[in-house]
Amino acid sequence: MGVDVQDAIHAGQKLGGSGLPPVTRNTRLPKVALSERPERSETGVWIGIFAIVMTFAALTSAMIVREGVALDWQHFQLPKILYLDTVILFFSSWTLETALSKLKEGENRFSAGMTWLAVTLALGGMFVIGQVVAWRVLAGQGLFLATNPSSSFFYVFTAAHALHLVGGILGLGYLIYKLNRTRSAARTTGIRATSLYWHFMDGLWVYLFVLLLARM
Amino acid sequence: MGKVFAVLVTLITLISIAFFVMHTWWLPPNISTTGKAVDHQLEETLIGTGVLFLAGQLMLGCFAWMASGKTKDTRAKRFPGGATSVVVTAIVVVGIEIFTLTFVGSKAWGAIYLTPAEPGALRVDVQAEQFAFYFRYPGPDGQFGGLHPDKIDDGSGNYFGLDPANDVAARDDIVVGSLVVPVNRPIALSLHSKDVGHSFYVRELRMQEDFVPGLDIPLHFTATQVGKYEIVCTQLCGLGHYNMKAYLEVMSEPDYEQWLKTQAGQ
Amino acid sequence: MHEVSTHPVAHQHTAPTGFIRKYVFSLDHKVIGKQYYGLALVSVFIGMVLSWLLRIHLAYPDYHIPFLSKLSAVGAPGGVMTPEYYLSLLTMHGTLMVFFVLTNAPFAAFGNYFLPIQIGAEDMAFPRFNMMSFWTTFAAFVVMMASFFVADGPPISGWTAYAPLSAVGRDAGPGLALGQDLWAISIAIFCIASLLGALNFIATTLDLRARGMSLLRMPYSTWAWFVTSVIALLAFAVLLPACVLLILDRVAGTSFFIPAGLVLSDKLQPHSGGSPLLWQHLFWFFGHPEVYIAILPSIGIIATILPVFTRRPLLGPKALIGSMVAIGFLSYMVWGHHMFVSGMNPFSANIFSVPTLIITIPATIMTLLLTASLYGAKMRFDTPALFCLGFISVFISGGISGFYLAQPSLDTYLHATYFVVAHFHFVMAVASLFGVFAGTYFWFPKMFGRMMSESLGKWHFWLTFLGVYCVFMPMHYLGLVGNVRRYSAFVDDYLAPLIPVHRFITIAALLTGAAQLIFLWNLIWSRFRGPVASENPWEATSLEWATTSPPPFDNFGGKHPVVYHGPNELGVDGPDGTDFLMQTAAPKSS
Repeated sequence: MGVDVQDAIHAGQKLGGSGLPPVTRNTRLPKVALSERPERSETGVWIGIFAIVMTFAALTSAMIVREGVALDWQHFQLPKILYLDTVILFFSSWTLETALSKLKEGENRFSAGMTWLAVTLALGGMFVIGQVVAWRVLAGQGLFLATNPSSSFFYVFTAAHALHLVGGILGLGYLIYKLNRTRSAARTTGIRATSLYWHFMDGLWVYLFVLLLARM
Repeated sequence: MGKVFAVLVTLITLISIAFFVMHTWWLPPNISTTGKAVDHQLEETLIGTGVLFLAGQLMLGCFAWMASGKTKDTRAKRFPGGATSVVVTAIVVVGIEIFTLTFVGSKAWGAIYLTPAEPGALRVDVQAEQFAFYFRYPGPDGQFGGLHPDKIDDGSGNYFGLDPANDVAARDDIVVGSLVVPVNRPIALSLHSKDVGHSFYVRELRMQEDFVPGLDIPLHFTATQVGKYEIVCTQLCGLGHYNMKAYLEVMSEPDYEQWLKTQAGQ
Repeated sequence: MHEVSTHPVAHQHTAPTGFIRKYVFSLDHKVIGKQYYGLALVSVFIGMVLSWLLRIHLAYPDYHIPFLSKLSAVGAPGGVMTPEYYLSLLTMHGTLMVFFVLTNAPFAAFGNYFLPIQIGAEDMAFPRFNMMSFWTTFAAFVVMMASFFVADGPPISGWTAYAPLSAVGRDAGPGLALGQDLWAISIAIFCIASLLGALNFIATTLDLRARGMSLLRMPYSTWAWFVTSVIALLAFAVLLPACVLLILDRVAGTSFFIPAGLVLSDKLQPHSGGSPLLWQHLFWFFGHPEVYIAILPSIGIIATILPVFTRRPLLGPKALIGSMVAIGFLSYMVWGHHMFVSGMNPFSANIFSVPTLIITIPATIMTLLLTASLYGAKMRFDTPALFCLGFISVFISGGISGFYLAQPSLDTYLHATYFVVAHFHFVMAVASLFGVFAGTYFWFPKMFGRMMSESLGKWHFWLTFLGVYCVFMPMHYLGLVGNVRRYSAFVDDYLAPLIPVHRFITIAALLTGAAQLIFLWNLIWSRFRGPVASENPWEATSLEWATTSPPPFDNFGGKHPVVYHGPNELGVDGPDGTDFLMQTAAPKSS
């Protein structure tokens, strides 16, 4: 499974920008996609995940402290649409994985893969719309950012997550654009990075949802 | 160059240490029962770190001196024991120092902050605000009145926001601008802030504690010497921070009783 | 055993053309490194001038400083600063120095320039992110400087911006309106920039090392940048939400940090339930790792430079690297030592003081290793070497005072006095900056292809070394007297007799500051008129010295370096009668 270093260097130089060794031997792509080591972009996403985890950890401890320090925490019901949103995002992770497996299979399944990617993107958009709906529901109940510490944290957490998810949506959109041009998953970088980030956003939402359910 | 450096570093070290040893600029005398342990801790630390400081700088100077001069083949000469001796020395020496200082120091700290005030201590409520300290005594009834921020009116001297009209306990509360206490009696302070963060610092008591808005923070002490001592604010609180102070007046027991009577009469 | 990059380092972008692409919006890490350095240079001179203004005001309160009334007619009528303007300038001094100098210069500037080269890569992992992180930092700088020009001036809450003073707004006093908003926004932008930068450093170090460049063969400076970027990634990720919450408290009416019942300017504040201590916890959880972000790169730089001038390897390479990693790890456990008397549970003081004292062990190990590396050597006393020696001395001084502050029983007296000011200036302003100086004199030939003037450098060193001791050693004594910090004037009974000491410090500060103009002149003059530098004027071993001065666009001219040793091959039999082996020197048996 080893790729010879010198071959890789020379091959990469011939390819120009992508930095990946070309697929030479296998017609069936190995499970670990296109090379042994993670792509640069995937490493970058892993590092970014650590940072984002720290940010949400800081907000979590801020919330726990704030709830404990005064007697003004008012519990409220989470808008029901958030349950739907959770399902939507969860489902979108599944559609993303389906898309990737189709893309890995090769040329004849490429269009199917692209369709599933588009579905994922749409689901992501629906999630964000769901968040906005949830905010409107709360506003309708008179719960705004500054109304109560519980609502403050609700808005801060959901807005922070939504902002990062929008970043993921843009990333996925860009990936779809790139795939459209190359018409080949093997020659497109950033697939694993994008999917890693998307699944992380899903996981992060599940964590937040449980946290908000428990504390709000 | 190396020799010049060695001489300079040695001079700087010796002069610096001299000022520490000579106590040229030093702490004021301690007047608190818990202060002696703090001073002792300071002396221990001075000696322990003084040795490290001297040794470190002199070693640096020494090696710099030796490193100057004509180039020779010096590949054979390595620091005795190599890296291992350095690591072990650091761990052992610093470790022992840490252990000792922590063990002894925690007692000094605990005496001030982790032991409760004595049951019969004289209670004083302290309020910090931009840019003054005010002190409230419970008065003859021994009870503090409730505080109502919406009733605060500095203009009429109602700094604490008392409501004597509706609150019986508040009627005899004594509010003054100095912390007047009898000598050799335990004093239990309760620190709260009207606006932003402040801090209570009396050098002679060897204690310092922040006022945190929203919290009531206890601090207790027993003063052992009559006199007048400055209380200064040490937590940045705005433009008047540099000028925010009050006096701790430690009086003899009879003088204090006299003072209290005068205040209660008003 | 050798970790080889299986990724070809095919360059991600072609050589740029045109002025804008080459020097302004450049993707080249070397240009970005220089841009960071330039920003840090501007910041440090502004910060230094601010410190002069503060020191003059303290020592000579009635003195009219001519241009000050032009900078702010309200803040300094007739050239004498008001107490609030003193605090504004103090806040900006601290903020500029900690963020825009000490995070930018040793870390972002030198790291960006040299990390890719030292590991044998053509550029950073994400050149576009890299460009974005510089310009985002620049944007943060512009927003920060804008606070000088708003009506109320810069904020007065210090670089630590404690709530509720920083959170309630104008009612708490002048300087807390728009200036504070700009400060919080600027710092939030700075966080994003730093996160991007840290991400780049980590990915580059992990993924782009040349063939044969195992982690243990990386130069100490690279290790320092790597550990620092891990610290930075986690620390700035916490400061960012803290700043967001602060901004919300200020503009959106939330109460994260503001409790109920506060009366300011005779007005009952509409907030309730928040916790000022929460701000302190969030801030210092970032703030303590931040100071290690400030010092670790300088330690790495010194450890890289010193052996070149002793012509022998550093003692204990693995112990040094291990100590750096240990410090990085421990730095997250000690933040409460800034809060011993903050009103938090006093028992937690005992808990925090233990790792605080323990962290002195790796720091001592590193100091001793550096010092012991001198033993038996014959040194070349060029300017970079002098700054290495100076670094060790000032780091000892600064570190020792930390011993006092780490103990709660002593902190109860020394907290918020000039003792603390002495401590952090020695380790940050002096030691860290000495690392930057050493790095500048050392790497200037590589960056600009010309040598800096040795005689000017030596004047700079001696005056600065003597000067910083004159400025900061007396502050320890002031602290022992109990001289409180952040005071704009010394009116208390016990403080008035200390004014002569303050005058001594002020004069020393002005003179030491003037000596820095020698450095500035040296930089400018040498850039254009310095003697041309060879590829490896110091006879050093790391990869940056295996390419031209300055390096070509892709660092190695299309070649991919292969590494055979660590950077420690000094004092050995080298080719052509030299006493060293470069990291790329192939072993004799072919």
